[in-house]
Amino acid sequence: MSTDVTAAPRKRRRRRRYSQLSRRDKIALTLMAGVPTVIHIVFVWVPAISTVLLSFTKWNGLKLGTWKLVGLHNYWLVFTVFDDKFFPALFNNLVLLVFLSICSAVGVLFAYLLDKNIRGSPVYQSIFYMPVVLSLAVVGFIWKGVMYSPRQGMFNVILGRTAQGDQIDWVGNAQKIFTVHVPGLDTPLGLSKNFAALLIAMAWRHIGYVMVLYLAGLKSVDPSLREAAAIDGCNEWQSFRRVVFPVMKPINVVVFVITVIEALRAFDIIFALKKPPGTQVLGILVRDNLVGEGGGQVGLGSTYGVVLLMLCLGFIIWFLINNYRENET
Amino acid sequence: MSAHLAVVRRQPRRARVWRVVLYVFLTSMALLWLVPVGGAIYASLRPYSETQKVGIFSLPKSLTIQNYKNAWTQGGMTHAFKNTLFIVLPSLILILAFSSAMAFAVSRFTWRFNVTLLLIFTAGNLLPAQVIFQPLFQMYKAMPWPDFLSDTDTGNLLGTKIAVIIIHVAFQTGFCTFVLSNYMKTIPKELGEAALVDGASVVRQFWQIVMPLCRPALAALATLEFTWLYNDFFWAVVLLNQGAERPITSSIANLGGQFFSNDNLIAAASMIIAVPTLVVYLALQRHFISGLTLGANKG
Repeated sequence: MSTDVTAAPRKRRRRRRYSQLSRRDKIALTLMAGVPTVIHIVFVWVPAISTVLLSFTKWNGLKLGTWKLVGLHNYWLVFTVFDDKFFPALFNNLVLLVFLSICSAVGVLFAYLLDKNIRGSPVYQSIFYMPVVLSLAVVGFIWKGVMYSPRQGMFNVILGRTAQGDQIDWVGNAQKIFTVHVPGLDTPLGLSKNFAALLIAMAWRHIGYVMVLYLAGLKSVDPSLREAAAIDGCNEWQSFRRVVFPVMKPINVVVFVITVIEALRAFDIIFALKKPPGTQVLGILVRDNLVGEGGGQVGLGSTYGVVLLMLCLGFIIWFLINNYRENET
Repeated sequence: MSAHLAVVRRQPRRARVWRVVLYVFLTSMALLWLVPVGGAIYASLRPYSETQKVGIFSLPKSLTIQNYKNAWTQGGMTHAFKNTLFIVLPSLILILAFSSAMAFAVSRFTWRFNVTLLLIFTAGNLLPAQVIFQPLFQMYKAMPWPDFLSDTDTGNLLGTKIAVIIIHVAFQTGFCTFVLSNYMKTIPKELGEAALVDGASVVRQFWQIVMPLCRPALAALATLEFTWLYNDFFWAVVLLNQGAERPITSSIANLGGQFFSNDNLIAAASMIIAVPTLVVYLALQRHFISGLTLGANKG
């Protein structure tokens, strides 16, 4: 109620302030906001919307205007004919999402522990954060060459499996760890061993990222809140769960959205390691339907893109609502 | 009384045990975290013929930088680093220029669409790159570009470094605008109003009042964006042809055949690519972390 009353005059005053500006100032402001906006909309939003439109067409991408409207045909293709490509990729993305969520929790734990007046805390932080400044492609190569190499990798050396014929091929083994039979699908879905190996490499990078974000947030939590919780007899877990975690809501949202987007964006590490069988994700399918072998299927590729868009759109909107509602007050 | 004393004495001892456990846990985790990079450095300094026989967990008979030399020449890294420089520097400057102008316009002045614009920028930044890639590819192909301005001779933007720069600028401006507008909102409005009353133009207010105050945020964003642009793999791989045009991080995807199976050479190549970001990170750690925090903690 009271906010409504105060909001109205404030708005009027502000608008008048803008009209007070001289013509030159108005032109300057229009340019300052206009140029970046045009670039951003033309190169990000126009393509994003075009992806949705192209998903309803059949087009080889060679000549503009030669596309043919096919309605929902591409979606039908993706969900039925190419289901042996689509569903394993979707499954891997979902596995990645679940796994990275667990990593985020570990990152939060690290941040929480490092927040306990640890001597040498900056050193620990630097070490945990270090992998984050590396590209995921480079992370993939480091793990492939040093940790997972069949002949001399750390894992095989530790397990004593370096003899010829006895080696474990961590990145090449597409055998499933577990499979799920989904009614209506010919091939069972499952997590392949090499994808699990890549997950570990991604965890190495993701945990540090979340840790730094969370640690910065924890430092801004009012210490008297925790003291009050301790006096009220809360144990460690209760005071985190009931006091610290709710106060950290803005950071929690950021961490969650980052985790989801990272899981859906996954591309670099898999592509850099030459797309081992069993590690396909949606991001790779989008690219492969346009360029490279089996390319030139713009409509189909766009359809995978739209699925990706739909999966993350909800989280983006949630993030925006959270962010801008708080900014208003 | 005695029971009370016992409780008091037991508490610190239990706390002390917990602290030891905590340190042991964190230290072992930190050591574990260092294994991949430490192993990569160690392996990269040893000849492949040697580690192949005795494994990585062994004392070295010989240390050599031959792997680095081979990785550098076989990977064409001089050229790739030049490409990186040509892409990252202009992108970085344009991103910071555009986003600070945009953030200034939407956060220091109130007009009808400014929240809408900010929403569009923030949301755009969160889109997965794959969602916009297909039509962007076609747009670039349809945009004529004179051959003498690029190393390719297709007559369009596709495959040129300019194409990568444009999408970096369009995409990353979203994130930087979001961060900078939150930062600029914390600068008191009265500062700008006083300047206006004194007759300073909007542009002068931007250059002489707001921008100097934003220096910490700009430094933080510059370090953060540098590593992101440097580490970009996706755009370089999908927009640029193999070899000649690719920057350093994506050139790793070109390594094939013999090179791909020599683990020590791969380790050396990885370390060469990792060095610039690691140096920037270690030197400017403070900016790094404040950049991430600015993105997460609003205003």
